[in-house]
Amino acid sequence: MDAPAIDRATFTELQEAAGIEFVAELVDTFLEDAPALIGELRSARAAADADRFRRAAHSLKSNSHTFGASALGALARELELKGLDAEPARDVAAIDALDAAYTQAAAELKALRHG
Amino acid sequence: MAELTPKTPAASPPRGRSEPAWGGPAPTQPGARLLVVDDNKVNRLLLARSLELQGHRATLAENGRVALEMLRRDAYDLLLLDIEMPEMDGFQVLEQLKADRQLRDLPVIVTSSLEGVANVVRCIELGAEDYLPKPVNPVLLKARIGASLEKKRLRDQQKEMVRRFATSEVAQDLQQSGFTLGGRRVQGSVMFSDIRGFTALVESQPPEETIELLNTYYTLMFDAISGHGGVVNQMIGDGLMAIFGAPLALADHCAAAVRAALEMIEMIELLNAERSAEGKPAIAIGIGIATGEMVAGYTGTQTRATYTCIGDTVNLAARLEAHTKVAQRAILIDDATRSALGERFAVDALGAVPFKGKAAPVEVFAVAPGRAG
Repeated sequence: MDAPAIDRATFTELQEAAGIEFVAELVDTFLEDAPALIGELRSARAAADADRFRRAAHSLKSNSHTFGASALGALARELELKGLDAEPARDVAAIDALDAAYTQAAAELKALRHG
Repeated sequence: MAELTPKTPAASPPRGRSEPAWGGPAPTQPGARLLVVDDNKVNRLLLARSLELQGHRATLAENGRVALEMLRRDAYDLLLLDIEMPEMDGFQVLEQLKADRQLRDLPVIVTSSLEGVANVVRCIELGAEDYLPKPVNPVLLKARIGASLEKKRLRDQQKEMVRRFATSEVAQDLQQSGFTLGGRRVQGSVMFSDIRGFTALVESQPPEETIELLNTYYTLMFDAISGHGGVVNQMIGDGLMAIFGAPLALADHCAAAVRAALEMIEMIELLNAERSAEGKPAIAIGIGIATGEMVAGYTGTQTRATYTCIGDTVNLAARLEAHTKVAQRAILIDDATRSALGERFAVDALGAVPFKGKAAPVEVFAVAPGRAG
């Protein structure tokens, strides 16, 4: 397996601060919301809506950092700061990469959520 | 994995806060009431959790528009505000709060993962108390909230002091326009009042009784004056000065002053009935009222100032009050006041009286108690 998608120290710190059960619920919320945010990225890209695109990327970045999903967070941050690309295909490729990073992060979060 | 965190919220508030001895605003113990605004559910839930663990109560809103509605409906001690939100973002919320007299003192801590110093600066310039980057460090959050609530408590205490020691009108004026020494010209009616033969009364009774009498007297006079929109701005011994029409404009200020005067006389009669039942001598008051332009504002120094009015109108009201002894009438008014009253009150013309400091004699009128029309 590659490098872990979830930074264990960050995740443990979160559990210590907020409680294991609460973090499990928080992970569930993230796993519910994140696919919609990625969908929002795709539809904002298709509609060339810069505001929605930036906000969706911003939200994904913020949540990724909360759980220690560093790689996912870095990809989301890149999209947030860069905004819509002049070449839509580049954004689509970037969203695909982000989606793959999310799949990996989600799998690890599911495994970690109950400690 | 080991069980790490107790799930019961920590009960202690950020700082020990005790209710002020003079009974200030409702204390925020055991926890403060906070509003969390964030469009992202994970962020909202996590912030709410942090706050609950600190012993606070958190209410959630998902964008700026909803948050403003909630802030205008209910009272909160502090706002935790995200910036990047649909419908109304955090910057817009800060702008609206700043423009809202009811809400502009609400402490706001911005929590955002928005990057760039410019954004932080913009938040602070728009009145945010602090800026915490996300993910929010719970220890830092606790410290910032504690400091903000403490500042709010001091501010509330200060407001309460102003309310207590100034009048509500002056307090409102101060809050609206801030404190500046200097005056402006206003139209209004000025009233002077004092107790007849007070010095003799003081000498004939124990000092405790004098203080008690003064307290009763002032309570009754304040009620009568403020009940008609007047503002008592000076108390000297047994005398007082009241303004009708400043700092806030008052419609029909002449009639308001005369009505207040009649009620004051009525109150004194009631007080005298009580006093005579206790075998104490009756007291009498004299009231002078004059109307016209005056300069109203704060005089004094930057550290100690009082709201007052000065000008010929004020001097005339004082002279009229002194003249009640000579005229043997309880309420004397000048011609400007009388003209504004029209036929609504019964007045007797006492003729022109030469007053010290006045080039020409002044027409004086007595208002007949109990004959208000």
